[in-house]
Amino acid sequence: MVKVYIPRETTADSLGAELLVKAIATEAKYRKLDIEIVRNGSRGACWLEPLVEVETDKGRVGYGPVTLDDVPDLFDADFLNDIQSGGKHAKFLGDVDKLPWFANQERLTFARCGIIEATSVAAYASLGGFVGLKNAMATTPDGIIEEMKASGLRGRGGAAFPTAIKWRTVADCKADQKYIVCNADEGDSGTFSDRMIMEGDPLSLVEGMTIAGLAVGADKGYIYLRSEYPLTQKILNEAIANAEAAGYLGENIQGSGKNFTLEVFMGAGAYICGEETSLLESLEGKRGQIRFKPPLPAIEGLHGKPTVVNNVISLASVPVILEKGGKHYAGYGQGRSLGTMPFQLGGNIKNGGLVEKGFGLTLRQLIEDFGAGTATGKPVRAIQVGGPLGAYFPASLLDTPLDYEEFAKAGGMLGHGGVVVFDDTVNMAKQARFSMEFCAVESCGKCTPCRIGSVRGMEVIDRIVGAKNAEERNAEHIVLKDLCETMESASLCAMGGLTPVPVMSAVKHFVSDFEKEFQDR
Amino acid sequence: MQQLAGPLTYQDWDLDKAREAVLEYAGRTGGVMIALHRIQEIFGYIDDSAMPMLGKVFNLSRAEVHGIASFYHDFKREKPGRYTVKVCQAEACQAMGSEKLTEEIKAFLGADFHETSADGNFTLEPVYCLGNCACSPNIMIDTQTYGRVSIDGFKSLASTLAKAVNEQEAK
Ligand SMILES: Cc1cc2nc3c(=O)[nH]c(=O)nc-3n(C[C@H](O)[C@H](O)[C@H](O)COP(=O)(O)O)c2cc1C
Ligand code: SF4
Ligand code: FES
Repeated sequence: MVKVYIPRETTADSLGAELLVKAIATEAKYRKLDIEIVRNGSRGACWLEPLVEVETDKGRVGYGPVTLDDVPDLFDADFLNDIQSGGKHAKFLGDVDKLPWFANQERLTFARCGIIEATSVAAYASLGGFVGLKNAMATTPDGIIEEMKASGLRGRGGAAFPTAIKWRTVADCKADQKYIVCNADEGDSGTFSDRMIMEGDPLSLVEGMTIAGLAVGADKGYIYLRSEYPLTQKILNEAIANAEAAGYLGENIQGSGKNFTLEVFMGAGAYICGEETSLLESLEGKRGQIRFKPPLPAIEGLHGKPTVVNNVISLASVPVILEKGGKHYAGYGQGRSLGTMPFQLGGNIKNGGLVEKGFGLTLRQLIEDFGAGTATGKPVRAIQVGGPLGAYFPASLLDTPLDYEEFAKAGGMLGHGGVVVFDDTVNMAKQARFSMEFCAVESCGKCTPCRIGSVRGMEVIDRIVGAKNAEERNAEHIVLKDLCETMESASLCAMGGLTPVPVMSAVKHFVSDFEKEFQDR
Repeated sequence: MQQLAGPLTYQDWDLDKAREAVLEYAGRTGGVMIALHRIQEIFGYIDDSAMPMLGKVFNLSRAEVHGIASFYHDFKREKPGRYTVKVCQAEACQAMGSEKLTEEIKAFLGADFHETSADGNFTLEPVYCLGNCACSPNIMIDTQTYGRVSIDGFKSLASTLAKAVNEQEAK
């Protein structure tokens, strides 16, 4: 019986993986070959998906990207058995781990992702899974939080707030009920790391949330998942059921006397529900409007109870921290940006996907060394980092290190680690206008600078590009600047508060684009 | 590029059936959200007559239920076409030509966003990121995401899906 790995994962699926599974199974049956198709997640090299891997006596070897047309050829090349002959197939990649794309990564959080059968408890445990939980059970809540503190982990959802401090606050609250809420709304354009880990190694999130529960004294968790991820929902629910069946969730977990239950809750297509207070409103079954802070969710969160709200990647990084120690995790990265970050390389990029690496590599290394430049082969002109509220950088800033502080110094933010590349056909006035439009569409409507300001912003940008002369244009630029300052200072949350960032960065670095009417350059 | 087997089958609106389907969510955290999703899954949309019913089940005013249903982009208040096509409008897809693709899809279907093609097959919606940003431009049809979509790819997919409708209706 030969094991063949074919991802059950959105990217691979979007490129026909499900059809491939059927085709390979049918062809194997027809040729009377005994195979077992294992459904892993993606290893993160989206440019190689669908990536098909075969377990041979000489190790696991990959073929990709595989299309339906390749299937008979692959069998003709004896890809199931012989690396010698199968290796001659045009899609042969050899040992996938040895491709520079993977060899140059530092995978901690994503160490298992794409390697194991995604929802299998046994596969998970065979590669270090649940060791962190066992260690957490062997120590005290304080011991867990100390380990988290030593790791230096800062929230990966965008705000980069130290996770240990948040947990400490919730742990110190006295309450009859506390909650762990996982923010899986992943609304930022250009990001998909949450999805990939939930599809490829969902049990790491389950384990991370359970450990968080032990640390703060919470026995109930929710995963607030965006509705654009229906396959993720299925996989998560399967993983949760498997964990329950194996005694890793539910009552008296592994005989410890501790309980933790987990539920997946679906959002309904509102970007603002990624903001934690809006998310909690939504989870309570209300309109997803921002709450005034204070009180912090850590003190009065879900149903008014102390609540940890953490991003998927923050929580999925907890098991490896408890398994290998906070110090080990903090051994990656630099300065105050410790550990690793799963960067997501998308947009106009040749070799796009997920690159987990310690903080500190430069944008250029990410885009040129990993990404191999643009998909169109044209020069990189602009890069948006950190989602729709992140700054646009010109190519002259490519040597900026990916590190929270370094990025802030350059006028940007890392956010959730999304990196979107544009080639030289981009019109940056159009991009700036889109930022305003997005804010107008997704504003929760609670405050005027955001709700109305964003609509005014589109109008002003239209007037700038339509201006008859420089004088008129300059006057409108001043209006735009004033408007952005108002939005920045008077908005209740970062939706209105940060929308000016991409807008003003476009003006700052690409002002010439504002001097002509919208049209393709 | 044709992972979808055919259209989802929506039932005709039936208030009693809707009530029955959501009763179990009363008392659950965010129960009304779960209920709205469930109703839409069964009927394809949420009929106005559901509002007072949901209010009673979840202890909310009719206005509150209305407020919730209208806040979220997902919840539809009118019966959609047989397939819902969402075209990603966010930055990574823009970088790969989503604006042009969107225009071409609109022209091909003869429908703007929030509209349905004349044959009743395709309702067109914008979406902001499908989480597949390394394989842009992306679209989603019902629950299936498609990556690196070209207009030709879309046209052949649309004709396959339309054929599936005819076959289903012939049965
Ligand atoms: C407009 C807006 C959208 C946000 N969207 C997300 C999101 O999709 N996912 C996420 O984890 N955090 C998002 N955040 C950040 C959350 O408010 C919060 O900081 C985070 O969930 C905390 O988890 P962490 O400390 O683990 O990062 C968003 C914030 C704002 C202001
Ligand atoms: S800034 Fe926008 S999204 Fe945030 S509270 Fe105000 S209106 Fe709502
Ligand atoms: S921006 Fe289109 S899928 Fe992410």
